[in-house]
Amino acid sequence: MKKLLSTCLTAVLTLSMLAGCGSNNGAAPASGSKPADSTAKPADSGAKSKHAIIFKNTGNPYGEKQMEGFKNAITELGGEAILKAPDQPTAEAQIKMIEELISQKVSSIAIAANDPDALQPALKKAMNAGIKVLSLDSAVNAQSRLVHVNQADPERIGRVQVQAISEMIGGKGEIVVLSATSQATNQNTWIEWMKKELTDPKYKDIKLVKVAYGDDLRDKSVSEAEALLKSYPDLKGIIAPTTVGIAAAGKVLTDKGLKGKVQLTGLGLPSEMAQYIESGVSQWMYLWNPVDVGYLAGYTADALVKGTITGKVGDKFKAGRLGDKQIIADGSGTQIMLGDPFKFDAKNIGEWKKVY
Amino acid sequence: MDARTLQHNKPFSVKQFFFQWEWLLVVILIIVNVMNTNLSPYYWNFESIRDATMSFLDKAFIVLPMVLVMILGDIDISVASTVALSSVIMADLYHRGVPMELAIVICLIVGTVCGLVNGLLIVKFKELSSVIVTLATMIIYRGIAYMILEDQAKGQFPEWFSFFGWEYVGGVPFILIAFAFFAVIYSLLLHKTTFGRRIYAIGNNSTASRFSGVQVDKIKVIVFALAGLMAAVTAVFLTSRMGSTRPNVATGYELDVIAMVVLGGISTAGGKGRMIGAILAVFLIGLLSYGLGLVNVPAQMLLIIVGLLLIFAVMIPKLNRAKLRKP
Repeated sequence: MKKLLSTCLTAVLTLSMLAGCGSNNGAAPASGSKPADSTAKPADSGAKSKHAIIFKNTGNPYGEKQMEGFKNAITELGGEAILKAPDQPTAEAQIKMIEELISQKVSSIAIAANDPDALQPALKKAMNAGIKVLSLDSAVNAQSRLVHVNQADPERIGRVQVQAISEMIGGKGEIVVLSATSQATNQNTWIEWMKKELTDPKYKDIKLVKVAYGDDLRDKSVSEAEALLKSYPDLKGIIAPTTVGIAAAGKVLTDKGLKGKVQLTGLGLPSEMAQYIESGVSQWMYLWNPVDVGYLAGYTADALVKGTITGKVGDKFKAGRLGDKQIIADGSGTQIMLGDPFKFDAKNIGEWKKVY
Repeated sequence: MDARTLQHNKPFSVKQFFFQWEWLLVVILIIVNVMNTNLSPYYWNFESIRDATMSFLDKAFIVLPMVLVMILGDIDISVASTVALSSVIMADLYHRGVPMELAIVICLIVGTVCGLVNGLLIVKFKELSSVIVTLATMIIYRGIAYMILEDQAKGQFPEWFSFFGWEYVGGVPFILIAFAFFAVIYSLLLHKTTFGRRIYAIGNNSTASRFSGVQVDKIKVIVFALAGLMAAVTAVFLTSRMGSTRPNVATGYELDVIAMVVLGGISTAGGKGRMIGAILAVFLIGLLSYGLGLVNVPAQMLLIIVGLLLIFAVMIPKLNRAKLRKP
């Protein structure tokens, strides 16, 4: 009797649990099944196309904003946006999601990659299935995509940060760079441009003494920043072209009471940097608007699907409120630039810290 | 009946046979498939499901030896690091001019050696539990992988190497065929050999087994070496699938694997469980996650569902036993 009871109990539990997760997704498949019928005939130009974005991982405010921008663009265009992000920032998890999207027969996939090369077989499979593939924010290699949507011009990002630190320290003294990992493609390109900018004779009194790597880990960035201050007692400025690094450096400078003695600039999230910008530890810093990066990717995806652009250099299209955009070369591939980096200072940080 | 427990001379009972965790897994698996088919119009077709197996079977190779490890009453949490280390060494050797075929063989040897080291440490230092030993080697193996490649990724393998992760043989993914092969081998090993029976004996009472002349230490070392070997097999498939490798590859795989084994009804205390349960659990979690992925459920939702299933899996045998005690 007891056995029967517990069998029933088990069955009920199982069913309720699965039913529970079923009803939770009730909304998603409902909206998913409707266009499914229409996309079954892809030749129909009137079909509501499905555009997917895959970010690096969940719970990342920067990524949430990017996906939000993507969704805004797709909604404006009358399509359906699918937002996905794995719980771990790994290429393995992203490959699995690409497979799921191929099965769903989406029209396009925009991906912020956890690894530039590891997604190549999966993305090639998607492209062979007729799906338009683009990367945004963090690129995949040129063979795995039609075009890359870049945040801002790397040259401008690099040069502008050197100009800023030079202005802050009065054009004289030792500076360091506190970067992410030694393999981060973005950061390394920016650092190259910083070094090129520094060759200008007007910076002859500025000396870049070290490039340190905090690996985008908060504690490692903090200890790297502390080590830099110890090794270079005459240090005048820190450039941290990474959101984690600049916040860590801001904390170290605040804790050690070095405000005004050591200057800080770089790329940071307004919400994390507001306290240091308001206190003056960092007078100003830069970033782009992640909502706009996602938005631009949404319009790019749509243009690729509609055939307005093919991803070749020189292709032009109108990206909604961002205006006209043109595809330019990027190594062996192509890319679209969002534009100049955006400057955040004490005057505007108050409103931006609420945004992201 | 089989050697699920040592008391297998009990008369066969139909009720007993059907009231088993493995049957419940079959039922849940069917429910999952029905649910997925209803949720997504893209789920129930041969190609979808065939290609989905390519995504989740890589870690399933480690599930097989992990069943043996856990029936012994031990655990191995260093397997994901072993995957990373053997994968990184394989890629690095290839880039140093070693032919890919040889690099694969060395990869398998490296994995086996990692497992051997775990096994030897565990039997030499009996006061340390296997969690502690493999926690240490988990950090060490991953550390060596980082020393070799630092933060770089290594790719550009020969064209044919992508066969393991992406190709089909007679319309069936090669990885599925390979998994079926190993699943049969390990099932036979556990359920049809003296070696397998001794694993159960050790898991039930290692001291008694030792006094009955079972070479407990030798069996433990072999089982851990098998875990290392299968981690290296995973490394080959995973690296092939990704086309490149880096030291942080397979992060978190050890937990996925242990979750599948526990869900498969293998007792965490050792001595109980069957291979078929773990194999069913592999497909259960894999297809559940694929189905939910098709309807774009957030990744955390899947974690919660798997967590619930796990609690459920641990709870059921307890209910069962409490009931059996009363006449």
